[in-house]
Amino acid sequence: MPPPPTVTAPPAERAPTKPGNSGGRRRQRLRLREAGLGWLLLLPSVVVFALFVFWPLGRTLYLSVYGNDIFGAPSAYVGAAHYQEMLSAEFGRVLATTALFTLFSVLPAVAGALVVVLLLEARIRGVRVLRTAFALPFAFSVATASVVFAVIYNPAIGVANGLLGAFGIDRVNWLTDPSIALPAVCAATVWMNFGYNVLVLSAGVAAIPPEVVEAARLDGATGWRLASRITVPLLSPQLFFLVVVSTIHALQSFGQIHILTKGGPDQATTTLVYSIYEKAFAFGSADFGAASAQAVVLLVIMLACTAVQFGILERRVHYR
Amino acid sequence: MRKPSLGQVAVYVVLGVAAIPVLFPVYYGFVGAVMGPGDLATYPPALVPSELHWQNLTDVFRSVPLGRFYLNSAIQAGIITLAQVITSIVAAYAFAFLRLPARAATFGLFLATLMVPWESIIIPNYLTVSGWGLARGGLTYLGLVLPFLASAFGTFLLRQAFLQFPSELRDAAVIDGCGHWRLLWRVLVPLSKPSIAAVGVYVFLSAWNQYFWPLILIRDTEFQTLQIGISQLNDAEAAQPGLILAGVALSLLPTLAVVILGQRYIVRGLTAGALR
Repeated sequence: MPPPPTVTAPPAERAPTKPGNSGGRRRQRLRLREAGLGWLLLLPSVVVFALFVFWPLGRTLYLSVYGNDIFGAPSAYVGAAHYQEMLSAEFGRVLATTALFTLFSVLPAVAGALVVVLLLEARIRGVRVLRTAFALPFAFSVATASVVFAVIYNPAIGVANGLLGAFGIDRVNWLTDPSIALPAVCAATVWMNFGYNVLVLSAGVAAIPPEVVEAARLDGATGWRLASRITVPLLSPQLFFLVVVSTIHALQSFGQIHILTKGGPDQATTTLVYSIYEKAFAFGSADFGAASAQAVVLLVIMLACTAVQFGILERRVHYR
Repeated sequence: MRKPSLGQVAVYVVLGVAAIPVLFPVYYGFVGAVMGPGDLATYPPALVPSELHWQNLTDVFRSVPLGRFYLNSAIQAGIITLAQVITSIVAAYAFAFLRLPARAATFGLFLATLMVPWESIIIPNYLTVSGWGLARGGLTYLGLVLPFLASAFGTFLLRQAFLQFPSELRDAAVIDGCGHWRLLWRVLVPLSKPSIAAVGVYVFLSAWNQYFWPLILIRDTEFQTLQIGISQLNDAEAAQPGLILAGVALSLLPTLAVVILGQRYIVRGLTAGALR
């Protein structure tokens, strides 16, 4: 929808601008107008980023070294106290849970999607239908997928226990047994990410030049050899992208934990982001100082991940 | 038709086995929505409905104000999508075609916002937005969208799209008296529709699916978004899975439509970073 052209380019722009012809002063004025227009166009985004990214970034650091009253208002400077609190077994467990959750929600989803996409490359009928079917989880939001899994995991009437029962296995408390809850939430997360991974890897496979595959086939490469020597190496940019993006995504996961386990049982599924939420917002808690210190830890971890992405992506991955 | 080889049969078998866990939650989300308590709320649960219990789909509206949640999500995601597409288009034009001081540094700052996880700045943002009184009543809509009116991702993607046009186009347009504004909206935007659609689809899906921000911000049920509403439905109706799944199925319709209709744009947007 083009806005009215009344706010259009400055009239001076319409004058012929042969370089070196008109005076330097005139060109300077044109440049100034161009820069003015440029900054006007950037202004909305700059304001949003300044108010809701950069200012809060500084304020998170500020809050992390201040105590707060029960309403969350900053009170006294406490230095590194909130950071020292994090040198505890409790927070160590939060970090370990975060690492386990990340590892076991990212790797199975990427590896599984890779296997499926490679198998879809075999010359079989119905590939298109199958590919769409495998991508379907992508249509689910974290909340809707989590709710479906909550129903499936229901200890009394859920399908998961119904299935076990059919094989004569005792019921499992999927979300309330401390040793099962984290794997159960990971499994649900793998499902949520599966469709996305299939979409990205399928696009990567589609971008491989058919001549390359054809040449390999003529040389007698089939099945496993074709996959391991040709397809997977050519998919390495997508695979690397998926691992990094899914890791970043997993570190930020919140909805499935909030819906399925609320961080429990006994903190077994309290990841870093959930811990921030609990300290700052859950049950009327407003411990913004301690939560902000944990938010800084999250920020540092994420920046490290992004640095890895930029550092390795440029050099190590096979690009076409 | 050639007889499938042993290897092909094996591929079908493996894919078939893999499809079961992937497709079952999808199947269950929709079929469970029309299953009665006799199938769902007993042990062992049925996998196939013994009768179609359509009533769930109307009953769920009595359990929670699902229609209102729908409206709220449509307003929230609609505003965010429209705003991000527009702010990204104009910012991308400035970065791609206008000479201005500190352009590279500003672009770097835009990209830096992509590295800041939203969860690490959510506390000050909550303090800002609720401090402005945007967490109550109709102003809640404003609080829901305000932090999400600009997008470095969209700006980056559209800048890439605009840079594919030769810079002579810009000079020609300026000399012809076309002007920057008209060049942007009459030439570049129509020619960049696929990229703009990719940004729009991506932004819409992520806005519609938001969870953390609406959860902590919204205080009045009246302004709850669909995602939070579905999670509350799950808490409230644990004994009636049919109602919960009916809510899930109904809430999935818009995203399902966007995913199916906008599939090629999705792949384009999703892999913009991967394919480069």
